[in-house]
Amino acid sequence: MSAMLLIEQVLNGLQYGVMLFLMAAGLTLVFGVMGLINLAHGALFMVGAFACASVAAATGSFWLGLAASLAAAAAAGAIVELTVIRRLYARDHLDQVLATFALILVFSEGTRWLFGSFPLYLDIPPALAGPVTLPGGIDYPLYRLVLIGIGLAIAGGLFWLIGRTRLGIRIRAGEADREMIAALGVDISRLYTIVFALGAALAGLAGALVGALQSVQVGMGEPVLILAFVVIVIGGIGSIKGALVGAILVGLTDTLGRFLLPVLFGAFMPPSQATTVGAALASMLIYILMAGVLVVRPGGLFGRA
Amino acid sequence: MNASKSLLVAAAALAMAGMAQAEPVKVGMITTLSGGGASLGIDTRDGFMLAVKRAGNPDLEVVIEDDQQKPDIAVQIADKMIQSEKVDLLTGIVWSNLAMAVVPAATAQGKFYLSTNAAPSALAGKGCNPNYFSVSYQNDNLHEAAGAYAAKAGITKAFIMAPNYPAGQDSLAGFKRFYEGEVVGEVYTQLGQTDYAGEIAQIRASGADGVFIFLPGGMGISFVKQYADSGVGLQLIGPAFSFDQSIIQAMGDAAVGVLNGANWSPDLDNAANAAFVAGFAEEYGRLPSVYAAYGYDTANLLLSAMGKASVTDADAFRAALREADFDSVRGEFAFNASQHPIQDLYVREVVRDGDILTNRIVGVAIEDRGHAYEDECKM
Repeated sequence: MSAMLLIEQVLNGLQYGVMLFLMAAGLTLVFGVMGLINLAHGALFMVGAFACASVAAATGSFWLGLAASLAAAAAAGAIVELTVIRRLYARDHLDQVLATFALILVFSEGTRWLFGSFPLYLDIPPALAGPVTLPGGIDYPLYRLVLIGIGLAIAGGLFWLIGRTRLGIRIRAGEADREMIAALGVDISRLYTIVFALGAALAGLAGALVGALQSVQVGMGEPVLILAFVVIVIGGIGSIKGALVGAILVGLTDTLGRFLLPVLFGAFMPPSQATTVGAALASMLIYILMAGVLVVRPGGLFGRA
Repeated sequence: MNASKSLLVAAAALAMAGMAQAEPVKVGMITTLSGGGASLGIDTRDGFMLAVKRAGNPDLEVVIEDDQQKPDIAVQIADKMIQSEKVDLLTGIVWSNLAMAVVPAATAQGKFYLSTNAAPSALAGKGCNPNYFSVSYQNDNLHEAAGAYAAKAGITKAFIMAPNYPAGQDSLAGFKRFYEGEVVGEVYTQLGQTDYAGEIAQIRASGADGVFIFLPGGMGISFVKQYADSGVGLQLIGPAFSFDQSIIQAMGDAAVGVLNGANWSPDLDNAANAAFVAGFAEEYGRLPSVYAAYGYDTANLLLSAMGKASVTDADAFRAALREADFDSVRGEFAFNASQHPIQDLYVREVVRDGDILTNRIVGVAIEDRGHAYEDECKM
């Protein structure tokens, strides 16, 4: 195992983490501000990917597709908030889980109805295709580097939005005490719609960006959703900073675990056994990480304990 | 015997034969029509129904239900079809875990099961059953084809990869069974994994000169796109599942040149296949996949048996099925003692044909292949 391979794997972990952050940021905002468990967040990820793939196929431009993914996911999020989610804030979490699970089914079958059952084609824009050689001689896909950049830029933008703007102040106030800010004359229901649409737009953007690397198909959001929940639990529910740190931790743990554990077991086991045991343990690793974090800090790394 | 008497006998025989044909057969098709795996079930159904429609046999009734790719739902549907709908025969299951949940119980109740796809080793060997026929293959076959051909394609040091679940482990075992080169890396990925950057980095560092992958559905699409973008560029080979008609369009040009082991291809040269491919394209406006081919063959096998025996006489009907007296789209087709196909296995290459991507046969991997579990089947 060379140092270069290790550096490449760290980059891979970072890129994976940054993409998870885009999913987790919306989820944690919605959970933190509105106290809502939104299982349909993965469906919005899918909406973004499908919007991007179909617009890119129609116009030939990935960038128009990306814009369409933001718009479509934000619109879908706003509509869902106005029609369904709004009725759930006062209900308990079980009702929310049930209703948002129903939304997953509606979105999945609706997407199938519109686009058919076959996966759609979406590729990396030609300008970003192929590998570049990094200092030190590592060939690394340019698109993945760009993803890391976009993800970190969005993280920066979110910190600015939450920390420095009027909307951010309202969001933070809504998290702390929703009755009080309503009493102070803030239109809380409009604020909720905006936050929900913002979270949806981030999920849609993630879906489009990741869709170029992966398969754009019905049900693509749910595996990511599970990881995003792990991220926000590790990071602390409601904390954007927690989501970023948690996402990068999960991304690095998962990628490096899959790579290093079989090597580690290979030191004292026959190779075929080592790959099986290593792969099995690697798939548990992020959940072990989550359990470990919760033992030490029950509220997550940056959550309120 | 005078002429009029023999005519009478002939008429009686004809009448009886007519009666045998007139015995209606009710088929229950359980397949995946929703969720991420729906394209496989839809092709299975469409292939099957194309043959049914062409035959126009009024005695064949088909009821179709969606198993949602969930074993518990498949079991519920099977129970309902057997008990309240009184089907004679079940078919259509795509996934091995669903087949394992449904098939042993159905055959134990005296129902026939014709597999259009899933054919796990457990049902080919120790768990073989006189009422169970696999029309498609045995699960290992397409991996064996890839393994047998890999060395011929110049892959002497293979990096092999599959998801960490039973079919994935069987896949790598199947590949290694006939592979003559060296395996320089063996990796199990997570089921449903979507990011393969880590594995691609390992491939680059492994010194391999070719890569075997078994990553069905969306996993394969993700891998192939990421692999193409990484610029590693070693020859890819896999089973047809990862590079079938329904999937390669979503991979785009990243899939061109990939080799895949198969037992059917749209360009396979026989009259039945030419009629099938053209008929499927005309009926549904797309090219058929292997799943559609298996569905089509299964329906034609069933129709051939219906012409020979009544389904109420299980022994005669079984014997009629075993004859496999139908024009398979795979050319020569026969059942072995465990009622799995003996067939040629091929290697195909993904090519671009105008606007669409499709597969072309590049060579025969193994001729007249049965399966590895034949000796374990006692019936």
